[in-house]
Amino acid sequence: MSTAITISGLGKKYTIGAAQERSRTLRDALTNVAGAPIRRLRHAGSSTGHVRTIWALRDVSFDVEAGQVIGIIGRNGAGKSTLLKILSRITEPTEGRAVINGRLGSLLEVGTGFHQELSGRENIYLNGAILGMSRAEIGRKFDEIVAFSEIGEFLDTPVKRYSSGMFVRLAFAVAAHLDPEVLLVDEVLAVGDLSFQRKCLGQMERIAGTGRTVFFVSHNMNAVRGLCTRAVQIEEGRLVADGPADEIVRDYIAQQMGSASVLELPRALGNEDELLIRAVRVLDDAGKAVGPFHSSHPLLVEIDVDVARANSAYQVGFDLLAGGGPALRSWHTDGPPDDWPELKPGHNTLRCVIPSGMLNEGSYAIAPRADVFRSHWIVNGDEAIWFEVVKDHLESPFSWVRNPGPVAPLLEWEAVPEPGPHSDQNGSGPAEPLPEWELVPEPESFT
Amino acid sequence: MDTHVEESPLTTGLTTVIQPSKGWVRLGLRELWQYRELLYFLTWKNVLIRYKQAVLGVIWAVLNPVLTMIVFTVIFNKLLHVGTGNYGVPYPVFVYAGLLPWNLFSGSLSSAGLSLVGNANLITKVYFPRLVIPTSSVLSVLPDFLISVAVLAVLMVIYHVTPTWQIVFLPFLTLLAMATALAVSLWLSALYVLYRDVQYIIPFLVQIWMYATPIMYPISKIATFPKWAQVIYNLNPMTGVIGGFRWALFGEQAPGGMFWLSTVMVLVIFTSGLYYFRRMERVFADIV
Repeated sequence: MSTAITISGLGKKYTIGAAQERSRTLRDALTNVAGAPIRRLRHAGSSTGHVRTIWALRDVSFDVEAGQVIGIIGRNGAGKSTLLKILSRITEPTEGRAVINGRLGSLLEVGTGFHQELSGRENIYLNGAILGMSRAEIGRKFDEIVAFSEIGEFLDTPVKRYSSGMFVRLAFAVAAHLDPEVLLVDEVLAVGDLSFQRKCLGQMERIAGTGRTVFFVSHNMNAVRGLCTRAVQIEEGRLVADGPADEIVRDYIAQQMGSASVLELPRALGNEDELLIRAVRVLDDAGKAVGPFHSSHPLLVEIDVDVARANSAYQVGFDLLAGGGPALRSWHTDGPPDDWPELKPGHNTLRCVIPSGMLNEGSYAIAPRADVFRSHWIVNGDEAIWFEVVKDHLESPFSWVRNPGPVAPLLEWEAVPEPGPHSDQNGSGPAEPLPEWELVPEPESFT
Repeated sequence: MDTHVEESPLTTGLTTVIQPSKGWVRLGLRELWQYRELLYFLTWKNVLIRYKQAVLGVIWAVLNPVLTMIVFTVIFNKLLHVGTGNYGVPYPVFVYAGLLPWNLFSGSLSSAGLSLVGNANLITKVYFPRLVIPTSSVLSVLPDFLISVAVLAVLMVIYHVTPTWQIVFLPFLTLLAMATALAVSLWLSALYVLYRDVQYIIPFLVQIWMYATPIMYPISKIATFPKWAQVIYNLNPMTGVIGGFRWALFGEQAPGGMFWLSTVMVLVIFTSGLYYFRRMERVFADIV
């Protein structure tokens, strides 16, 4: 195997603080120049006081083999995007070196350079050229791009009249037909509706499957696990782990959980125009939000949702994650429509009950989700809250070793009477318990 | 040691080396040539958008210079009695011939000067030689210019002005005007990334520069200046361009030594601008 990317000792330093800010207007630059001698006198001895430098990336070295699909993970601000920007040649490294063999394509965003006034057709050409395709190449792939985007008759309509779903589909269609040997991708999959996402993943797998090297930066652990064979983790600008994607993702999630049970979302998720998930709480049946929780008691998951306009197509729910992957997904619209808790405009709190006797010993995460059914994601499981569970619902004297598996429900066992007929029930054990959803009555009026 | 190297059928043999650039930068003109299709598409986009967004569209390209010509004729010719000097053509044609390259220059400057910051979304998301951006801004003023040239042809017919054979130099002089605009834009656009004051400076600069250029008055007017002042006056590249335009159109006042002085100035501003731009290019994405 030949090497597609060689990264050696790569580093990027940013200067922040007063000095940088000062030069943003000409007047300040002039006063800076004029005042420099005076300042030098004043700060005699001390170096340039307020300047602070930050290494967004330091001493990062690794190789990527041709044909490898590698995921880059790490917390926000860990340096993942900086690395991607350096490899995409958008910004220069301060030190070190990277060598990329093969035609390079980078997707830091879908629809870069799209212009609202231009038609779909015009934007395909423009965006294609910006991504590095030649005119002949775009012409050759044009029909394929249009078919992939499913925009059909709207091809000659200005993009400003497109729905957000159509816009994203068109943008991704162009990007998906970029045909590089080394593809750098940043989280662009976190957009679009479900079926289109699947299609894009498929297209990327096809790219990866044909010997292309894919360098994938993401917060979406499931996407990393699903797409990548190898993952590297970057924290505080340094490479801290490198190995098979499954292992690295598992360890990463374990670390996240280790950093105390994070029971609050760092920020509101979604958007104000549609739906905003303000908070997610995990509570025990006494209403306490302090883990570890006991599996012998029901667990309450509460989601605070602000809804701009009533829309019966909204779905709010969560993935219950365990060991790096989803153990289950639940929507507030899982039951029969008459039982769905109503989401009224304004503030809502949804509560879901995870019944007792279901969770295993260990760490779990709740990653809230919201979407407009069959249209697009509003919240795509990018953030999660973490909690610990102590398994105490199995009352057997034998159960003092943790059973494997993400959940540990107490299932019913019986001895089948000896000459019994083969019944149809055989093999179809009790269905996985469906968490119950209800709407929490609002304590005070919301105006 | 295993020295076997598997050659992927996909490998184009293209290798990109990324490392900090040191000292003087290369101009990267070859890379600019590789990205000529992007240059074409960005220019095409600029032109398309300008005409799509304006209700009167292409008509502005006619109205703008014609109305300016009328205003200048009334104020400078009729009220202030500014003549055409040694040019034997009516004042409206004289002033229009000056406005042609000037509008090309000032229009380019206004859009190209702000172009880098205006395209910040591209700069922070995609790599391409940043020179493409101001260059495409300058190029996209060209259609307006060509329309104005057509209007000039009509004016010359109306005022019975016959063009001379020197008109063959017009394309070269147009290029010189564009080169001047690009040269100044390289400085301004790169400075604008660092200093947001540039957006206030540009309109002011364009206005002052217009008065310092022989558009509404003939260059013979400054013959009364002391010699050193005349030399300084001729350092203005647009003085040479406009003198050249009038010579190419009317066959009078052939460009002399002062024209070449102007042209050398274009070269100086262009080369220094190019180096400054290329030096600053590496930090554009970090601070824009």
